[in-house]
Amino acid sequence: MRVQVQRVRCVSSVHHDSPGDAVPPPPEVLIRFEQVAKTYVTRDGVDVSALSGIDLSVAAGSVLGVIGRSGAGKSSLIRLINGLERPSAGTIKVGDAEVSSLDERALRHVRRRIGMIFQHFNLLSSRTVSGNIALPLEIEGRGRAASRARVGELLALTGLEDQRDRYPAELSGGQKQRVGIARALATGPSVLLSDEATSALDPETTRSILALLRRINRELGLTIVLITHEMSVIRAVADRVAVLEAGRIVEQGDVFEVFTRPQAEITRTLLAGEMGLALPAGLRAEIDTQPIPGGTAVLRIAFRGAHASDPIIARLARETGIEANILSGTVDEIAGQPFGSLTVGLPAGPDVVGRARAFLDAHGLVSDLLGYLPARSVEARRVA
Amino acid sequence: MSPEMIRLLLQATGDTLAMVAVAACLGTLFGLPLGIFLATSRRGELLAAPWLNGILGLVVNATRSTPFIILVVAIIPFTRLIAGTSIGLWAATVPLTVAATPFIARLVEAAIREVDSGLVEAARAFGAGPLTIIRKVLIPEALPGILLGLTLAVVSLLGYSAMVGAVGGGGLGDLGIRYGYQRFRPEMMLAVVVVLIVLVQAVQTIGERFAARLNRRVRRA
Ligand SMILES: Nc1ncnc2c1ncn2[C@@H]1O[C@H](COP(=O)(O)OP(=O)(O)OP(=O)(O)O)[C@@H](O)[C@H]1O
Ligand SMILES: [Mg+2]
Repeated sequence: MRVQVQRVRCVSSVHHDSPGDAVPPPPEVLIRFEQVAKTYVTRDGVDVSALSGIDLSVAAGSVLGVIGRSGAGKSSLIRLINGLERPSAGTIKVGDAEVSSLDERALRHVRRRIGMIFQHFNLLSSRTVSGNIALPLEIEGRGRAASRARVGELLALTGLEDQRDRYPAELSGGQKQRVGIARALATGPSVLLSDEATSALDPETTRSILALLRRINRELGLTIVLITHEMSVIRAVADRVAVLEAGRIVEQGDVFEVFTRPQAEITRTLLAGEMGLALPAGLRAEIDTQPIPGGTAVLRIAFRGAHASDPIIARLARETGIEANILSGTVDEIAGQPFGSLTVGLPAGPDVVGRARAFLDAHGLVSDLLGYLPARSVEARRVA
Repeated sequence: MSPEMIRLLLQATGDTLAMVAVAACLGTLFGLPLGIFLATSRRGELLAAPWLNGILGLVVNATRSTPFIILVVAIIPFTRLIAGTSIGLWAATVPLTVAATPFIARLVEAAIREVDSGLVEAARAFGAGPLTIIRKVLIPEALPGILLGLTLAVVSLLGYSAMVGAVGGGGLGDLGIRYGYQRFRPEMMLAVVVVLIVLVQAVQTIGERFAARLNRRVRRA
């Protein structure tokens, strides 16, 4: 595991002692998991391993997205951060506090520095919007006047001023989640945990909630850990991503890296729909992993950064004489960087695939051979 | 009906209301915390104490499964200890309270367990301890349900109060039996029944109205 040094210590560290040192200090790690495992014991005494061998660190001020299928252990992982669950092994640190070894009473104080939002909002139906936002302040024991002022700030931040005296039953899902966010921020936490906060919302509302989270991250410098089963959520807000499968982190890194060069099979699958990486449904059914005589080789080309707008297919034809046939394609932006993906069919011919890939390689493009299609499928598609 | 009978009817109505009111108040005083504890002391809950929960549950069930008239007789020594006598209006409130407490406790327990566990989880995530969660989350959220439960309890107490005539408790039931049945005055029996119907209806309406006003779970125009 990579050892990152806290910023405070970096100041006096020998590596950064020259006054004009241009090297920025490594980002301060705010949350760190070391060899964490979580095993639940069910009522019948059966062990269920939810997480194992988790090493993870989250830099202060960054947004980490954790993605995985249902049951992968996402909720378990996020709940370990604020001690709602206790690890079976390993240590978890949030700032200076080792939450994995604190008792319940001490944990309560740490939790006041960690906000949390939920898939089903978990708002008190008996309290108005203002009353819900004030709850963590009451728990903390803040005075009425100070509390009221703070609630006012949060209503403004989340755009809920007009709803302040309404009850949750009178709000839309998006408004409820805004209340959830305002409540989570009430005590001025340094970390915000989000457990599928947009999973119960429609795409439009999801976008606005994610934009709010991003703004909070930027403006308040809040560190955010959010879990989701949708790559689009990761892409909209996260700086880094960890992919969880069957209780293990199978891949983690910068969002752009992972999106454009997914390593693990599960990551590719999760990305498939999101990134236009999937073949059109009609072709997917016919694709074969073995070469087909006279058939078409299907290649997926990923364009990263500046290449995204290059007329690469035209150049391929001009420079190698290979006339690639575009089957599907998308151009997108990930973490602020352009990224495109093009699925092409290559004509049959001696070593066409090899030459095309060599050409792409030479131009710094990553390509994947997806398989082979009978010629007629591609013909039919071209006509249509 | 003669003025004398009307006087008796009024007197009996007052007695019934007094008995039921005292029993309902004391029953709530004891039943509310007991119900909250029953709901929160199960395994894995806020105040987890499965053993105590089991024992209290047993006591509650035992009391609730004893027919009221047997309970009245069975606890006469206890009644005498508390009220100084075992007959009369105030003595009758003792068995009524003893019957009301576990009944109310179970109704409160059910209302508390209806509260979405996500709310408890949220409060825990914000650093609340068990007592804070009970005070700020469970009770307010369960309040409409608790009020409906109390309404049900008061209605049942009106019924029970008719039986305490057996120990000289007085009240409407006693009047109905003594005049309506034993002295064969059907108009008295009818009057008693009508008054009871009106009382039950009033209690039910008031209780439901309060519960509805407190219930913010539904959207209202
Ligand atoms: N309290 C519990 N007792 C027993 N097993 C549990 C408990 N909580 C979770 N598990 C198990 O641990 C595994 C991981 O659960 P977890 O809730 O962390 O998954 P998840 O990734 O959040 O799934 P989802 O996307 O469906 O919310 C699952 O197999 C689940 O059945
Ligand atoms: Mg989950």
